[in-house]
Amino acid sequence: MMEQFNNRNISDNGYFLVDIVDYPTTGWGKFKRAIDRTFKLELFVGLWVVLREMIKFDIHTISYPEEKMPIGPRYRAVHEMKRLWESDTERCIGCGLCEKICISDCIRMDTRIDEESRKEVSEYTINLGRCIFCGYCAEVCPELAITHGGEYENASDQREHFVDYEAMLTPMDVMKQNAQKEFEGFGAITPHEDERVKKTPLAY
Amino acid sequence: MSDIVINIDGQDVKTQEGEFILNAARANNIFIPAICYLTRCSPTLACRICLVEADGKQVYACNAKAKPGMNITTSTEEIEKERRAIMEVYDVNHPLQCGVCDQSGECELQNYTLEMGVDAQSYAVKDVDRSAHDWGHLHYDPGLCIVCERCVTACKDMIGDNSLKTVARGGDALDAEFKESMPKDAYAMWNKLNKSIIGLTNGTDVLDCTSCGECAAVCPVGALVDTQFMYKSNAWELTRVPATCGHCSAGCQISYDVKHTSVANPEDKIYRVMNEWNYVSLCGAGRYGFDYQNTNVSRDEVAFTNALEAFKKADTINFTSTITNEEAYILQKLSDKFGYKLVNEEARSFQTFLKDYSEISGTTLYGSDLKESMNSNFIVSIGTAIKTDNPNARYSLNNSLTVNKGAALYFHPVADPIIDGLSKNILSINHKPLQEEIVLYLILDLFADKSQLPNEIVEYLASFHSMKSITVTETIKEKVVEIVKETKVNEETGEEEVVEVEKSKMVPKQVSKEVEVDDNRLLAMLGIEDGFDDILSKFMKKKDSFSLIVGPDLYNHPNSKNLARLVALVEKYSQFKLVMIPALTNTLGVAMINTLSSEAGTTTIGYNTKGDFILSALGNGDLDMPAINQQEGTLTSINKRVNPTNAALPYGGYTLNDIANALGVEAENTIDYTVELGSNPAFKAVEFDSLDDYYTNRGEEIRGYKLTPLSVEVSSNESVSKIDETLILEDDIIYLANPVRQFTDFTNKTENLDEVSGVYMSEEFLERSDYNEGDTVNIKTANGELSASIVSDNKIAGDIVILPTFDSKLNSEALVNGYRFTKASIQKV
Repeated sequence: MMEQFNNRNISDNGYFLVDIVDYPTTGWGKFKRAIDRTFKLELFVGLWVVLREMIKFDIHTISYPEEKMPIGPRYRAVHEMKRLWESDTERCIGCGLCEKICISDCIRMDTRIDEESRKEVSEYTINLGRCIFCGYCAEVCPELAITHGGEYENASDQREHFVDYEAMLTPMDVMKQNAQKEFEGFGAITPHEDERVKKTPLAY
Repeated sequence: MSDIVINIDGQDVKTQEGEFILNAARANNIFIPAICYLTRCSPTLACRICLVEADGKQVYACNAKAKPGMNITTSTEEIEKERRAIMEVYDVNHPLQCGVCDQSGECELQNYTLEMGVDAQSYAVKDVDRSAHDWGHLHYDPGLCIVCERCVTACKDMIGDNSLKTVARGGDALDAEFKESMPKDAYAMWNKLNKSIIGLTNGTDVLDCTSCGECAAVCPVGALVDTQFMYKSNAWELTRVPATCGHCSAGCQISYDVKHTSVANPEDKIYRVMNEWNYVSLCGAGRYGFDYQNTNVSRDEVAFTNALEAFKKADTINFTSTITNEEAYILQKLSDKFGYKLVNEEARSFQTFLKDYSEISGTTLYGSDLKESMNSNFIVSIGTAIKTDNPNARYSLNNSLTVNKGAALYFHPVADPIIDGLSKNILSINHKPLQEEIVLYLILDLFADKSQLPNEIVEYLASFHSMKSITVTETIKEKVVEIVKETKVNEETGEEEVVEVEKSKMVPKQVSKEVEVDDNRLLAMLGIEDGFDDILSKFMKKKDSFSLIVGPDLYNHPNSKNLARLVALVEKYSQFKLVMIPALTNTLGVAMINTLSSEAGTTTIGYNTKGDFILSALGNGDLDMPAINQQEGTLTSINKRVNPTNAALPYGGYTLNDIANALGVEAENTIDYTVELGSNPAFKAVEFDSLDDYYTNRGEEIRGYKLTPLSVEVSSNESVSKIDETLILEDDIIYLANPVRQFTDFTNKTENLDEVSGVYMSEEFLERSDYNEGDTVNIKTANGELSASIVSDNKIAGDIVILPTFDSKLNSEALVNGYRFTKASIQKV
């Protein structure tokens, strides 16, 4: 049973074994290795590579914070609260599933009944100091309201670092410019969803 | 009912003949789906999902009775189809707002939809406007309602308010094609469902009931919700703390649902009270009066030192019965050690009454409980405003009347429209105050076994009877023969001719005759009208279990000793089983545990009541104490049960046990005394932590333990003193009682029970008199006087003015001398 795992036919797939000398076990062997390392000047081989590349000015890292890498649409950074495209109202219905599913227990919300007899979120906080950005809250959200955003620069001098509802909510001017971005990660609608839904009969 | 064996799904099950199949199955942990059925209530037959096959025939498990040897299959292919179709029907037009619904997943519609595997919808009907109603303390959303009528059933069969009914929904009829294509029962159920919705019986859009909220508790979906709780919290966030309600002697099992107050405030807060509504029904005070905790209390060392000083100086502890058994026990220990006089008049009168009762009954405790009353079919209530003294006693009364087809006599001076409205088989007899003795003699006369009853009493009772002749008018039918001329065609000749025909017919005729009848002067003394005998004989048809409920009016009666003896005689010599209503939460416990004095000394400590130094759980004393929802301990209920209760909310201050410790009566925790209660032979020596608190599927109450009634020597003297006919209160009378949902200062403190304190007058009395609601009146009795404003109360009738005791600021108790009724002069200010 274990054989198929042990015999991986390394050479067949273009892999090759690096010839690594075994570690010395005897005292004499260890002494020889120390002498080799001291006088063969292997260190300068490495230093030369660095110096060569520096002079070539062909640098592969970016200079953060002046430059920033673009991040993927499924990246899970600080949460956002989305609005409805049709009416600009908040998508969050206050169902409390995000609060329930949160495995690091960092979401807390208060709800109440509003003037129109609807459920309203009166207070909503996420303790980013506790959040592990697992994405469960976005996945469980039935309204695609809470999602992850791309804002990962949330360093804080406090261990507890809260973000509230207002701060997460898409600003109205962004909505006016039609610039709200849909989240494509956990919880987003998968393609061809419509085809899979069975329609409920209607008597209209 | 005899024991029988039936077979459910191959399992032999013991049950009683005549028990519903559903209950037999549930008692034996066999699952039969059911939505509309409520244990203890009559079957509604709205959901039809409890369909089973009994001996090859489809029946509804909730209303089919078990017969010996019955073979029941809970699920066949046919039944599964019906059930699935029923659940699909329930899902038709049900809003997809589960995310915000207050049921938050504790939803029977969700559960059964999943249970029946409904993954697609086959039916449709046009919806009608089903917008939400605000009914006051309840919020009704017809959109979510599945019209299982559980609320209607609970209100009618348990509570007795009859405030809800089904009303027409309007809208389209079902598509005719469904009748052919759908399973039969599912179609019938849908056809009914599609025509009705829940509405109020009073024709308005605001509930006017005793506001118990039981309808919202039994709602399987989120259609009926307590307005105060709406959209406050999801069910899963709430921690359920099992407890015993601390407001009256019913000792209902409740659970406090607790969560942090808000995002900003992590302190615990009680959001709502839940109950096992299949086995226990709450009143409005229990359900909504949960926030009576003593908040923001810390250990105030100065106050504590003052308290110790006060205890050293005092010779009397004045207290109320709104304490736990353990606290009562600590008070008793302190009294034993330091010789404090324990003063609690309300408990002392009950204690004395029980002692006087035991002299004839030979036992220290009354023989029955409210569960037995509920299962009986003839109830007599004497000396209690049952609706407000103990709401559970009223529920028992109502359940017996409606579900057991029982009958009842309600003897009380204050007319009560709610009690009258329970059933047409209840007769209210509003005798004059102080006539309770006559009532008990009447009960003896009507129901006691005269061959057993002591001769003197039999003779005394006979002295009230005489024969009198009355004229009765009867309608009899008389045969009258008359000769009528008719025109007929002669068959032979074919000509018309006039023939004389003899015709007889029955003609009703009124006849009066003289009849000798028995005249019972006891009835006349109580002001009972003629025709009582007929009503009683109608009431007594097919009755086999009898229950007598007596209340606090008797304990404080000037002749309470005689009343106690009469009550004992009724229990001994008739079929009546006896229940006594203790006036306050733990009156029975205090009466069993404490040695009470009638006279206070010179320096008093008051515990939740007046004193030179006041310990108070209400937060208005010299040293704070925890309220019952902040304490662990036990409470003794009317059902003679010692029920455990837990602390729902934290308490940061000193307790009575801390004082006792400082005074040298040492125990680490108050509940260390639970086991010590066993030193009293009526109690058991059980550790607090090993007290159970649940109901089984069979409906058995496994909560704490029952008190053991002790035998005492029976005195051979069963004499009772005769009726003093001059003992009667007339003219302007006041009565000490509370409005619905109020019991003590603790209920008064709660936010949701916002009853206005004042002088309660019935609507009809206000109409007849020149008083108006809001007027300030001065009430003067032989004992004192007070001024308060008039509150109109439509839950009472008649002329008697009610003074509440829930507001100690009113100090209404100072106006009477023990007995709850007293003469008063009322003057407008």
